[in-house]
Amino acid sequence: MVNDAIARNKRKDVAFKSIGLFVIFFILILMYVPILVLIAYSFTNATNVGTWTGFSFDLYGALFQDEEIMTALGNTIILALSSSAISVVLGTCGAIGTFYASKKARASIEIVTQIPVVNAEIVIAMSLTVMFVFCGTYLFMGANIFSFWTLLIGHVILSLPFVYLSVKPKLLQMDPHIYEAALDLGCSQGKAIFKAVLPEIMPGVGSGALLAITLSLDDFIVTAFTRGAGLLSGEKTIDTLSTLVQAKIKKGPVPPEMRALTTLIFLFVFLIVVLITVYNNVKARRNRKKGRY
Amino acid sequence: MARAYSKTKRFFSFKRKYLCIPYSVFLILFVIIPIFIILVYAFTGSTEDGALYFSFDAFTSFFTSPTKINILVVSLFVGMLNTIICLLIGYPVAYLLANSKVNKNKILVLLFIMPMWINFVLRTGATRDVLSWMGINGGNHPYLATMIGMVYNYLPFTILPLYTTMIKLDKSQLEAASDLGANSFNVFLHNTLPQSLPGIVSASEMVFMPTLSSYVISDTLSEGKITLFGNIIYLNFSQSQWNEGSFMAFVMLILVGISMLVSRHFDRGEQSERRGTLW
Repeated sequence: MVNDAIARNKRKDVAFKSIGLFVIFFILILMYVPILVLIAYSFTNATNVGTWTGFSFDLYGALFQDEEIMTALGNTIILALSSSAISVVLGTCGAIGTFYASKKARASIEIVTQIPVVNAEIVIAMSLTVMFVFCGTYLFMGANIFSFWTLLIGHVILSLPFVYLSVKPKLLQMDPHIYEAALDLGCSQGKAIFKAVLPEIMPGVGSGALLAITLSLDDFIVTAFTRGAGLLSGEKTIDTLSTLVQAKIKKGPVPPEMRALTTLIFLFVFLIVVLITVYNNVKARRNRKKGRY
Repeated sequence: MARAYSKTKRFFSFKRKYLCIPYSVFLILFVIIPIFIILVYAFTGSTEDGALYFSFDAFTSFFTSPTKINILVVSLFVGMLNTIICLLIGYPVAYLLANSKVNKNKILVLLFIMPMWINFVLRTGATRDVLSWMGINGGNHPYLATMIGMVYNYLPFTILPLYTTMIKLDKSQLEAASDLGANSFNVFLHNTLPQSLPGIVSASEMVFMPTLSSYVISDTLSEGKITLFGNIIYLNFSQSQWNEGSFMAFVMLILVGISMLVSRHFDRGEQSERRGTLW
């Protein structure tokens, strides 16, 4: 009787699990179709996906020869790294400072932090651009101030609140006595923050930095609005991957060289995911071992 | 002792709360002031020599133009439809991912996030190429193509907040409900669903507003046939119509404010945490 019930339950579980996995993988495959198609067609010369003109690695060679794409790629990377570095420093300092600030100051900073998070990207972009034009006309005697710096500000604004928001929970979880202990042991206030608080919130800072890089790499609208001339593009308007691809796909299919680039990016990301998984597994195993003693 | 004393006597002494000053200044300069300038532009016109004067021109031109109102209605409709479809697909997926019987590790979740790391303009272009390969293109099915592109792009943003709420569900409460005789449908309706409501709200918020204001997806997939609110702001911007563009950004801001109030009603403070747990 009891055994029957257990067996029935087990069968139910197995059925649930297999249906569940089926649904998950079905959606996953659907989500990967466009990317996988691009990757598959990166090994052929055809201008359009859907026509296979024989296997070749030509696109990879063409990719590294294509100056436009390489410039855009360089711009994108420089922009992502610099904007996330600024966001991380500003956001981490901001989060620590706000954490120790008075209740009133904290409440108002939190509200202002929420604005760029919930705001539509196009409104952020539009408002920044209008302000830059306004500043250009009224403060800089009608000069055009759009350049790498305005673009950088746009990207920092985009990611700054997210850095703040990923550091904040770590501050809340932190043992509040650590900072005081450091002071008692003779640290100055600045040193106590550096040596005692910062290591505690490091995971939050790290995830904030990754988030900032992701947001910057993926951004189109803010880039299109706030960019000017400069960086690797020289005298021309700065092109990042997003704006370059957008300009191309407006006229025709995804450029063939981009398919090769997609493959490379995908491999890179895949490698990172594998490394993260392996690292987490190793860490979990080590923790389990530690727990035994 | 003496050293500590001399430190407090210094004119400027470092306090940890001063660390938030650069952050706040940056936010005021590049968030508050730009929004303020938008408001100024939305309710002014400018003469030839650049002097500003107060006017309701942008206001009247927005509300008397049937095309603009039409665009607003269409955008709201597309936004809502996209939110609903994403939730309908994303909710079961998140539920299954968070269920330890189905998914024991985080690799599957990472697989859902992975496409987000490939440039989204590139992904949109790829989607369009694949769809037109299958015979669905902006020429014959602009709405279908746009909706597919929207759902494809925003699905990960729906799954993540839902997933992070679902793994925090109070399992013992669910078990208690079934022990007390509720069937699995009732457990879901009266227990799982209310508990995951904050996740649903924050997922909708992450989909609805970005859909309204998206530019690339609708422009690429409908081949310019569908104009959403984001497209028209972009258009006004590229034609240097500051006042009208600003007014539309202002309308957008009101919508953002409404959605902010709605989400605040549902949960307090947790939301930001959930957004921060992308990694």
